[in-house]
This record gives sequence, structure tokens and C-alpha cells, in this order.
Amino acid sequence: MINEDQFLPFDEEPHWWSDKRAELTLGALVCCVLAVVLAMFVFVLVQAWPSFAHNGLSWFGSGGSVDLQIKRMFLSGEAGVRYVYTFHAWPLIWSTLLIVGSAVTLSLVTSLFVAVFVVEFAPDPIKQVLRPAVRLLASVPSVIYGLLGVLVLVPFIGNHVITQQDKASVSYIVSLSGYSLIAAVLILTVMIAPLMISIFADGLRSVPSSWIEGSLAMGINRWRTFWKIAVRAARPAIVAGTVLATARAIGEAVMLAMVSGSVGFAPNPFDGMIFFFEPSRPLGATILQNIEGLSSPPLKSTLFAIAAVLLVSAMLLSLAGWAAKQPLKRYGTR
Amino acid sequence: MVTEVLKQETRPPAHKGAVESSSTWRRSDRVGLAVCWVLGIGFCAIAVAIVVFMLVQGIKYVRPSLLFTSPTAGFNESQTGGFLDPLVGTVVVALLGMAIALPVGVAVAVWLSEYGRPFGLARAAESTIEMIAGTPSIVLALFGILVFSSPVVGFLSRTSGHVVYGRSFFAAGAMLSLVALPLIVGSTREGLQAIPSHVREASLAVGKTKFATIRRILLPSARPSVVTGAMLGVGRIIGDTAVIVVLLGATLTLNGAGHAPVLSLLRGTGSTLTSFVYENAPTGEANQPTKAYAAAFVLLLMVLVLNLCVDLVARRGKAATWSR
Repeated sequence: MINEDQFLPFDEEPHWWSDKRAELTLGALVCCVLAVVLAMFVFVLVQAWPSFAHNGLSWFGSGGSVDLQIKRMFLSGEAGVRYVYTFHAWPLIWSTLLIVGSAVTLSLVTSLFVAVFVVEFAPDPIKQVLRPAVRLLASVPSVIYGLLGVLVLVPFIGNHVITQQDKASVSYIVSLSGYSLIAAVLILTVMIAPLMISIFADGLRSVPSSWIEGSLAMGINRWRTFWKIAVRAARPAIVAGTVLATARAIGEAVMLAMVSGSVGFAPNPFDGMIFFFEPSRPLGATILQNIEGLSSPPLKSTLFAIAAVLLVSAMLLSLAGWAAKQPLKRYGTR
Repeated sequence: MVTEVLKQETRPPAHKGAVESSSTWRRSDRVGLAVCWVLGIGFCAIAVAIVVFMLVQGIKYVRPSLLFTSPTAGFNESQTGGFLDPLVGTVVVALLGMAIALPVGVAVAVWLSEYGRPFGLARAAESTIEMIAGTPSIVLALFGILVFSSPVVGFLSRTSGHVVYGRSFFAAGAMLSLVALPLIVGSTREGLQAIPSHVREASLAVGKTKFATIRRILLPSARPSVVTGAMLGVGRIIGDTAVIVVLLGATLTLNGAGHAPVLSLLRGTGSTLTSFVYENAPTGEANQPTKAYAAAFVLLLMVLVLNLCVDLVARRGKAATWSR
């Protein structure tokens, strides 16, 4: 018995949803999304311009205390007579570079090994635990990582790792309380590693098994086979995962605001071990913590300038990832 | 006899049956394998530690009454109430964000996968979506405050005289929909592309228009992917803090603006669980760690449930596969 209703051609769609119109409507919606993103770029850059214009390239340089400069800007904005725009962001940029750079490096190496373990070498019961664990950790909100950092890791570092001697030796410059570079790096690593692992593992799984079997049939051992064939073939996925995780790390404001110490201080690598325990404050966290200062025009412009730096670096990052993927794609699986 | 023959018949899974011993490997390979094991087990340990620790803290501090009382200002933790308002805020923000992100995301994915012409626009749209995924949410928040404090959209938030406050559920929901958009687009697109082209051709051959094909055939088949994308999007929305702190005000309670029943809530400020945790952490303004732990535990539970749903949907979706 054939149900004829299913074969009636034009009855079910209202006539105003003609094909042409549907395509145009969808296309217009896509254009709207493009326009929103374009507007974001333009608005942020326009708002940021006064800050860049007043400081020139020294915006990126060092000089004076950042926190003091922010305070002065805020006060001048409130007074409203003559705006002060002086701002030298190097301590914030340096802190971002240090934290993001070391966290990404650390988690890139770790994630690669863990992903190989998850896909190939783990016994089945461990695999079955690891896969959902990675997914869960990748979706845990950053504020929970921040909370764990603040309530567990930071007190531990402050009370047990930093000695009284260390604290006394720099007490006239910064106070070492556990809110430190190392806490930020460790928590950020734990936060972005699951992202990397899940993307790396997807890439490794999509390597055709015949490639691996071919290598095994030649008598090459499993480790070497996996490392030389699968990991190489999955390089586009590795680049993609790294780019995504780095973007997440650069933009992370909340968690880093909680554990990094929130002092506009540039950690000095020549301080020896104390370097790792010095507090700092990255760019994103600076925006978050001065958000009340939006009422003051010069500070508002400065915050938008920081946002512009973040936005442009995120864009350059995805561009770099795209460029890095092109030559790899030829022999890759994706 | 028979069983032996049968055993030979069943093919062993690829390189599972005979696991070679690593004792004959070169030392560097063995070291590599050892590192692999150590890091893998270490990662397991960290994951288990985080979950168990949050579970213990949650059981210690979560009381049912916390879920049903509004937060109030007070001097110690017994006076400050629960987190009903942040809980409601989380749900409202997630609903509002998805109400915008889901239709737009599905539409963009359909256009990209089914139309995608002119080619240049499709490429631009693809890279734009990718770029939204990489944009820090704090930047989105700043952009949001710029947009929503302009007088043109003043009706979406609290206003006093000519000053538009710019912070409301509308503002936060709109910006968070951008956070969820790339996930929905990506997942939906993957689902649409997994449908073989002969399905489309068959539908066109019986006289359906292209749009009818999309609406009646393709989207229903891609539903599991759409739902997965939506769940992931909700997960990102309820986990975001920066946008909430900046655009929702992170106030103690829900402060409606105006008198219309639902509209006043959406035009007003409030908070979500994430901003509640942020404010109650030792670095925040309130500093009540037990409340923060309790709220974080509830948040973690929500994320866990979402993850389980994604798993469930993915498993269901696998059952319906097309013949090639």
C-alpha cells in the first residue's frame, strides 16, 4: 500500500518558501554573522586608537609601574580635566607570554604522549576510563579550575614550597604568597591539555589502519610505527589542536585573574628559583579586573587597546595555524 | 572440532591478538613507551583527583536549602543564603543564548554545506566562524558592552535618563550565543556532510524542492549532530565567566528592570553559577569558599549531565547510518 501523501510534490511547503528565497535568506544570515565580526574588529580598534596614538610603540614597552599608570588614568578620567593616557604594557605582555608559552609547551608534549597512550598503548579498561575523562576535563568551566587553584594549589605553594627566606629576600619589592607564575602555568596546563588530547586523539584515530599495519608487517615495532607513521600523519590535527588550545590560553581571563597574583609585575628570570614564585598579571585578567574603569574614558580606551592586542594575536595565531597546516596536509589524514 | 574451526574463522582484530613484547625494542623506544605510560596514568590520576575532590567538597557543603534560597549580603557564611538566583540566571542565560545561536548556527551550517556559493563568501564565512571560536570571551564581552550601551538598543537594558546601562540578560545572552555558534555550526555541518549525496538526489528525483529536501530529509537525519552541537554550546555558555561578569553585572540577586513580567527579568542584571563562584573565591569580593565549592559542585554536575547527554545522543545517532 503506497501512502500517496508522501509523493505529492509541492503541497507541503508554503509557497513563500521558494528555493531562491531560502537561499537568499540563508546567505543574508551568513552575511550578518560576517558583519557582526567585522563590526567587532572595527569597534574595538576604533575604541583602542586613542591609547595607541598617545603612546606609540612604547605602549608595548616597559617603564614605570603598570598598576600606577592604570590608577592615574582612572583618576584623570574621573576628574575629566586632562586625560592621561601613559601606559606601558610590557609587564602584562611578558606575563602573558611566559604563562601561555610555558603552559602550551608543557601541555603540547604531555598531550602528545597521552594521546598516543589513549589511542594505542593503553589497555582497554584504561581506555574506557580515559576517553570520557578527557571529554569531561575539556568541558569543565575555567572558573572551577581557578577555584581549585586558589583553594588548593596556591596555599600549598605559599605554605610549603616557598621558604620564609625567599619571602624575606624580596619582601621590599613583591610579596610571595603562593599566587605565582608556577601556579598559573600548572593550572593552565591542566586546563588546556584535555582540549589538545581530544583533538590529537581524533587525528590519530583517523589514520588509516592499513598504513599502520603496513609498517607493522615490515617488522617495525609498535612504538616506532606509531611514532613515525601515525603521529606524522596526524600532524595537521596536532597543529589544529595546538592553535585552539593556545587561543584558549591567551584569552583566558578568569582563571588567570584568580591564580596569577594580579600584580602588574614582570617576573625576572634572573631571580633564580624565586622567578617561578613571583606574581604577575596577564592581559586578559587586566581587562577583567579593571572593568569598573570603563566609566573613565582614557582607561576605557586602554582596556580596548588590550582587547585589540588579544584579538589581533588570536587572529594571527589562527592564520599561522592555517599556514603551518598547508604543507602538512599533503601527507596528513586531514 | 567444530568450535576450533569456528575459532579460526573469526578474524582476529588488527594487531590486537599478538601484542609483541617490548623487551626486544631499542632502549629509546622502551623509554618512550614508559614515558607514555607514566603520563597517561598521571593524567588519569589528575582527572580522578579533580573529580573526587570536587565530589567530596560538594557532599560536604551542598545543602538542599542552598538551592532554594536567594543570596543575601551578610557577615558570615550562615547568613548569606544560597544560590537560587545564580542557578536561575544560568538557566536563563543558557536558554537565551541557545535561542539565538541554534537557529543562526543551523542556518549557517546549512548554507555552508548545501549552498556555499559564491565560493569566496563561503571561504570567508568558514574562516570567520573559525575566528569566532578563537576570539577570547573577554573581548566579546567588551564588544558587547560597547554595542548594548548605545542608545539604539537601550530598550534591552536598564536606562536612567540618557545613560544606557548596557548590562542585561539580553546582552549576555547575545554575546554568549557567539561563543556557542562555532560549536553548533561545526557539529551540524559535520552531520550534514556525513549524509551521502544519493539521499539528496533521491529526494530531488521525487520532485521535492531543494529547500524541502533540506527541511524534510537532511535536517531530520542530521538531528543527532545538531543536538550534540547544541549540548556542547550550552556547556560553553554555562561555563563562561568573563562575559557574565562584564555583561550581566554579576550582581547578588536578579534585579529586574521595568514592570513587564518576563521582560523585566531579561532586561535586568543578575548572576550565574560561574560568576557566583568567581565572586565567592578568596580572590573575589565575597570570599566564602564553602559557598563557592557548593556552587562549583552544582556547576560541575550540570556539565557532567550535559556530557552524558552528548554521549547518549551520539550513541543513538550511530544506529541510523546510510547505505553507501
